Amino acid sequence: MSVPVIDVRGLAYAYPDGRQVLYGVDLHIHPGERVALLGPNGAGKTTLVLHLNGILLPGAGTVEVSGMPVVKKNFPEIRRRVGIVFQDPDDQLFSATVRDDVAFGPANLGLRGDALERRVLHALDQVGMAEYADRPPHHLSFGQRRRVAVATVLAMEPQILVLDEPSSNLDPMARRELADIVRALDVTVLMVTHDLPYALELCPRAVVLSDGVVAADSDTRKLLSDEDFMRAHRLELPYGFDPRTV
Amino acid sequence: MEQRPHGHKLYFAADSPVHRAPAHLKLLALLGFMLVVVATPGTAYPVFAVYAVILLGVVVVSRVPFGYLLPRMLVEIPFVVFALLLPFLATGPQTTFLGMTVSQHGLEAAGSLLIKATIGVAASLTLAATTEPHALIDGLRRLRLPYEMVQIMAFMIRYLDVVTDEMHRMRVARESRGFRATSFRQWGALARTGSALFIRSYERGERVHLAMLSRGHDPRGGRS
Repeated sequence: MSVPVIDVRGLAYAYPDGRQVLYGVDLHIHPGERVALLGPNGAGKTTLVLHLNGILLPGAGTVEVSGMPVVKKNFPEIRRRVGIVFQDPDDQLFSATVRDDVAFGPANLGLRGDALERRVLHALDQVGMAEYADRPPHHLSFGQRRRVAVATVLAMEPQILVLDEPSSNLDPMARRELADIVRALDVTVLMVTHDLPYALELCPRAVVLSDGVVAADSDTRKLLSDEDFMRAHRLELPYGFDPRTV
Repeated sequence: MEQRPHGHKLYFAADSPVHRAPAHLKLLALLGFMLVVVATPGTAYPVFAVYAVILLGVVVVSRVPFGYLLPRMLVEIPFVVFALLLPFLATGPQTTFLGMTVSQHGLEAAGSLLIKATIGVAASLTLAATTEPHALIDGLRRLRLPYEMVQIMAFMIRYLDVVTDEMHRMRVARESRGFRATSFRQWGALARTGSALFIRSYERGERVHLAMLSRGHDPRGGRS
């Protein structure tokens, strides 16, 4: 098989205050895959994600991105390859205009002038926000801000797009629009979510993180249909939702 | 997400007579102590030694380790820098100190400033290490400080960690897009983060206020 985009082996991590969150995680994601990362609150999903671009460094184990180890000297390249869209778009958007915010990442990569402008417009186009380029981000609706946050990362042309709770706080229409955008992107996706129908809709493969280890890694539909497994790991489908009939 | 152990960064949990003393008495003691220290003539070195011994005694009784207080004393550094400059900037009769010609008044003022600032910072840290923030607020209330001032301080303590966490998340989001604060050219992005944080905190303030009003809070001094 090809070189995995994400290759995590035996990753263990404890926060400086001594609280251990990850106890030996293995995760391999190959180019073109869309994978859902599921698990109850406190399972270590966000901690795992922050290892993918070197914000946190492993206590034990290794993380590689397309064969490149996540170590300090590779950070600029790693952060170009791994695009993380954080849960709260307001954490990501801090500029006076949408255009400036989307330009922030590629400018950090050294892009200037026309090349930068093309990147920005293309990224905004991919999320359907091109006409808002000159608006201040805090005047947009929440769904629009989330889309701009996705654009700020797409503008870096990442090899893998990591979405942290992409559907949280979105109204059903905005949730649908974002799903269409994700499906239309030609990029590997790792999606951290509690929204199980969303995971089923977008990701053929699901990984369940529970108590700091990978409790399951398989076909999303099969996994969501296993009621005993779901209950054992504090996962619950919405009322009336049956993954076997969708 | 980031989880902090309960309590505040300056508080050192322990059980001692100093911890158990009522917060308003500790506040009054600190205020009185500091007034006396500040009013003492700058060159009365033996008297300062007595103050220092008293303070050390309190720290020993409080069971707060010196290793806990010392790193936190770094907040004094701006005063130290200013004190070190004084002998060179002040005018008047000159004297030699460590082989350098410096102003006599400046030297004395610097010594007095250093001693008083050190005692002051150590005493305040001891109070903070032995008293939880909410107890301090209660203490201020019992000392009949104006209601609005106490409220403002209570809000500051309540939201300090929220804003710090927010700042931390924005930094992570920035660095994830390849940002490195290595040269002054990057200050623009930092300044924009600062202003975004300011606006968000301001808006949060409004939301908190609205939530208070919706629960029947009376903004004109009502103690609901």
